[in-house]
Amino acid sequence: MSDPLPFAPFAPATQPDLDSPAYVGTRKRHPLRAPVKMPQTVTETTGPRFSTAHFPPVADLSRVGGKEALGERIIVAGTVTDGDGRPVPHTMIEIWQANACGRYHHPGDQHDAPLDPNFHGNGRVFTDAEGRYRFMTIKPGAYPWPNHRNAWRPNHIHYSLFGPAFATRLITQMYFPGDPLLALDPIYNSVPDKAARERLISSFEIGLTEPDYALGYRFDIVLRGRAATPMEN
Amino acid sequence: MTVPRIPTSNQTIGPYWHLLEDKSWADLTRFGAAGETIVLTGILYDGDGPMAEGCIEIWQSDPPADDRFPGFGRSGTDKEGRYRFTTLKPGAEPGRGNAQQAPHIDVMIHARGLLHPVVTRAYFAGEALNETDPLLASIDDPHRRATLIARPEGAGVWRLDLRLQGDGETVFLDV
Ligand SMILES: [Fe+2]
Repeated sequence: MSDPLPFAPFAPATQPDLDSPAYVGTRKRHPLRAPVKMPQTVTETTGPRFSTAHFPPVADLSRVGGKEALGERIIVAGTVTDGDGRPVPHTMIEIWQANACGRYHHPGDQHDAPLDPNFHGNGRVFTDAEGRYRFMTIKPGAYPWPNHRNAWRPNHIHYSLFGPAFATRLITQMYFPGDPLLALDPIYNSVPDKAARERLISSFEIGLTEPDYALGYRFDIVLRGRAATPMEN
Repeated sequence: MTVPRIPTSNQTIGPYWHLLEDKSWADLTRFGAAGETIVLTGILYDGDGPMAEGCIEIWQSDPPADDRFPGFGRSGTDKEGRYRFTTLKPGAEPGRGNAQQAPHIDVMIHARGLLHPVVTRAYFAGEALNETDPLLASIDDPHRRATLIARPEGAGVWRLDLRLQGDGETVFLDV
């Protein structure tokens, strides 16, 4: 049996530092020892497959039981490709977010902002054969958090992706263009490379809007590609 | 000719993931998988102690995933920091070259305060192949190596504690 083709290492400074002192939560949670380098084996180059039979899509977060959530309706769409620009088809994307007031429908969130019974903020979509995805939701609100005095998270939507292998797992957050809180956010700023950071910001796209109904934002995602192809400098 | 592109940056999973409330994901036998059922459990620690609100994910390429066995599981950690999976015991796997890998499960940790996932492995104490497994053999310090090896804790129950930082820190993998 030939060795599986590994996935490429990340380009320097394009992933956040686990030890990011400005984000207080990292202080007791980042490993102190360097990780052990290990060549990828079949365990890392394979990964779970999620069928829509077991994991039905939830592509409209803007209503619960037919009742409309409060807030500004938005459409979020984009592509999932790998590091070589190839679409990643039929891959599951999990999404979760706060409501329009900046409160999660979650027992742990005690922020003093209204809950919306018609917004749970929990979705799941799959890319199509060309790697495209799309969902409808409500623009999430900013919310305070206890990192430092007067700390506020910028508006964001959480994403979880699997891709073709356990090595391509990605957990990220999508931000919104022009948000003044981005410059102050230790989580966003934990990615050292400015261009990489800015790729976490979606773009407003008039072509994605639904006239008289919802604004549209584009957020394209790139997963690790195979290492055998040339790396970008 | 396509242009290679830089993978999207990770960001923390944060504390508010609804899916962690769904306990069914921790049972990899829930779709009717048959085989040697085991429990893999342990406590997640950070530098301050047991850690609630963590998210542990596992992936095993053996037995091969199919409609009845997803190979993938997800467990939140409870107030005591405990995760718990029900799954099928993996067998040996081919390694690189002619190497054999001892039975193992890949383990990924997500949490508030972790800006990207960290990966480790669960091996099983007493497996003959542990002596020659390429990863285990590459770790000279027996205390460090032991952080990757689950210990039996009753019939079919395997215990592996995970320590993000400090004394007995788990060996994490750069893969
Ligand atoms: Fe959040």
